Amino acid sequence: MPKIVFNEPDGRRREIDAPIGVTLMEVARQNDVDGVVAECGGACACATCHVYIEPSWLPKLDPCEEMEEGMLENAWEPRANSRLSCQIHITADLDGLQVTVPQRQG
Amino acid sequence: MISTILIIGGGQAGAQAVDTLRREGFGGRLVLISEENELPYQRPPLSKKFLSRELGVDRLPFRHQSFYDEHRIDLKLGARAVRLDPAAHQVELADGEMLNYDRLLLCLGATSRRLTCPGAELAGVHYLRGIADVAPIQAGFRPGARALIIGGGYIGLETAATCRKMGCEVTVLEMADRVMNRVVAPSVSQFFALEHRTQGVNLICDTRVVRLEGQGKVERVVCADGTSHTADLVIVGVGAVATTELANDAGLACDNGIVVDEYCRTSDAAIYAAGDCTNHPSLRFGRRVRLESVDNAYEQAKTAALNMLERPTTHDRVPWFWSDQYDNKLLIVGLSQDYDSQVLRGDPATRSFSVCYLKGRELLAVEAVNHSKDYMAARKLIAERTPLNVEKMADPQIGLKEAV
Repeated sequence: MPKIVFNEPDGRRREIDAPIGVTLMEVARQNDVDGVVAECGGACACATCHVYIEPSWLPKLDPCEEMEEGMLENAWEPRANSRLSCQIHITADLDGLQVTVPQRQG
Repeated sequence: MISTILIIGGGQAGAQAVDTLRREGFGGRLVLISEENELPYQRPPLSKKFLSRELGVDRLPFRHQSFYDEHRIDLKLGARAVRLDPAAHQVELADGEMLNYDRLLLCLGATSRRLTCPGAELAGVHYLRGIADVAPIQAGFRPGARALIIGGGYIGLETAATCRKMGCEVTVLEMADRVMNRVVAPSVSQFFALEHRTQGVNLICDTRVVRLEGQGKVERVVCADGTSHTADLVIVGVGAVATTELANDAGLACDNGIVVDEYCRTSDAAIYAAGDCTNHPSLRFGRRVRLESVDNAYEQAKTAALNMLERPTTHDRVPWFWSDQYDNKLLIVGLSQDYDSQVLRGDPATRSFSVCYLKGRELLAVEAVNHSKDYMAARKLIAERTPLNVEKMADPQIGLKEAV
């Protein structure tokens, strides 16, 4: 299983084995990663699963579509490497992916 | 001292409440009881990707069993509360077990409104609220099967879209003159009606079902004007009512929902309620509301949890809702009642537009079709009561948050 590294808001580093096919949001939620709320459950409707992706990994992810872009623009402290974790599917290519959870959601 | 907290209902609110209680340091006995046999799960996919089998059953639960074990949450599945005794701080389960509590949280949800016309009890008439409702509907999916959907609201239309995707011939019967008439503007209704018709749905408005007919199982649906529609599968989505029986029988104040204050307290000081079952004050809109909404369940559960831990917190949120139909996403924020003007931003023909509701210069609500930018901007503008510039708003080239 690919390993995903989550940096939680308090600085704690979590290394988690992620099953292929689920979303990055689901990996965070099922492993109780702090700060990933995902109120809408992955419908791209709430922007509470916002994360920052280590920039070198961005080209390997599912592309960011217009709906997600619009959600991110008004999320809490968006950056160039912001993504909604519910829109990223885990693939074998993502072994080692580095993700930072923002201080807050919305 | 609060040593036992009991939560009834394993939906969005119940699942969130146990999460918040443990996260906020509650170390006492925590019991969550649910009538359903599954781990608390997300309901929105039931009419969408779960119904279409794109999402497996393993992906519905909010948390795995290990979460409940690690956090010492006594999860009682398949358990039904039959009686609540507020004086004794006691709840009786259907199997006779008695549970005591120091604080009780009712997350009873809502129940599908039932058809009452002749034939409503025939086999083959389905409702969609829980996971157990899904398999019997899926059993009717086969190419060319005639699915007849009664009600053109969220559930009816989302289900219609999924039935089309599964190859069914779909007819939707709606009593009002347009779909989703209680929740969206005419232009949004029109957009979705066109989408459904383009996808091949036979959508009929202004029609009233008077009777269901069939030998042993439903075969036909008959309307007031005498027209009859053959059906292999009938799905009813005609709204929901708050589940209040347990509370009502216990003497708690109920009025279109369990009456709670902004702290999610019921009329009994030790009992709280959260989610679809509550009639609660909206601080932002200055009136009482009952909402069927994931966000409201989530937020009220958090508020109730904090208050049960004696950390006074008010529920003060702008509600939001969403619906997925085909590849369209409808995002709604705010409550549109009491508006005095509407502004359409963008052209529905482009498949991305929004309808804004104003009272004077204050934004009350936005319905955004495939337009997440306006929706997200509106969440903030509505909460902060930012005065808007109506002329700028009408120009879709100007971002909503810049139209001040």
